[in-house]
Amino acid sequence: MQIILNGEAITTNKTTLASLLIEQGYEGMVVATALNQLFVAKDHRDRTLLEDDCEIEIVAPMQGG
Amino acid sequence: MIKNNALKLYGETLSSRLLLGTAQYPSPQILIGSIQSSATQVITVSVRRESGTSRDGQRFWQLLKQSNCKILPNTAGCRTVKEALNTAQMARELFNTDWIKLEVIGNDDTLQPDVFGLVEAARELCQQGFKVFPYTTDDLVVGEQLLAAGCEVLMPWGAPIGSGRGLQNPKALESYRHYFPEIPLVVDAGIGLPSHATQAMEIGYDAVLLNTAIADSGQPTLMAKAFAHAIEAGRFAYLAQPIAQRDMAQPSTPVAGTPFWIS
Repeated sequence: MQIILNGEAITTNKTTLASLLIEQGYEGMVVATALNQLFVAKDHRDRTLLEDDCEIEIVAPMQGG
Repeated sequence: MIKNNALKLYGETLSSRLLLGTAQYPSPQILIGSIQSSATQVITVSVRRESGTSRDGQRFWQLLKQSNCKILPNTAGCRTVKEALNTAQMARELFNTDWIKLEVIGNDDTLQPDVFGLVEAARELCQQGFKVFPYTTDDLVVGEQLLAAGCEVLMPWGAPIGSGRGLQNPKALESYRHYFPEIPLVVDAGIGLPSHATQAMEIGYDAVLLNTAIADSGQPTLMAKAFAHAIEAGRFAYLAQPIAQRDMAQPSTPVAGTPFWIS
């Protein structure tokens, strides 16, 4: 399926947010996630299902003022 | 001995009255050096998209651990209540803190807060258990509504973010101080010089939050130290109760006994 990951269109055959994170190289990283602009807690990623054209945000700590 | 009551923000006792942003430093080493020389105990951070390959955020996360500071994540860049709520939730999980510096930006040129969205977002976040530090204007009514929403700290702006202009409306900020005598108040944004921070502290503000004035200066670690001293000086001056201004001169040297004096 085609999804939007951090604003970029990608193709994946993963069906859950947790498996997508592993596929995209985020395993073990300190990140937070959102699906279609709604926060998805870490504990819910493995039961959060992806759909065509869904929008995923993966964020990490960054400098800020 | 000067009685300098410690700053308390949401139950956290702090000896430093400087809250410091972590953005725009020339290098990670200079950031850490500035944190140390400022003696700050609270640093602000943000969240941004992370690449699975570059891992920039992971390196910054490791750096944060060296600081030994309390982390205050922000919702910088959010323009809607929905964005702010979701960013706050992501920040809470990332940084393992319920502190959030709430920004809901209403204008791209001035980066001034959308105070209507701010109050709405603050209410929702307080209900979700967040300890909200709202970036707001010096409007008293908005301040009242933020307190009613559950905020225990107010952070009116000094000037537009990054402008370095200092306190643009000091009289309004003084009124704000007098109107909310028991609420911890932090001047957030627009500070450019240590003297600006001193001015905020002299009129009774409890702390100052700044970033660009230190990070973008020629020598951030030295400027961080300058701000630390300036904020302490302003605090001491406030506690020492400055004299009232007078319209006319008043001699400081006693007049009585002046030679050649003819009354």
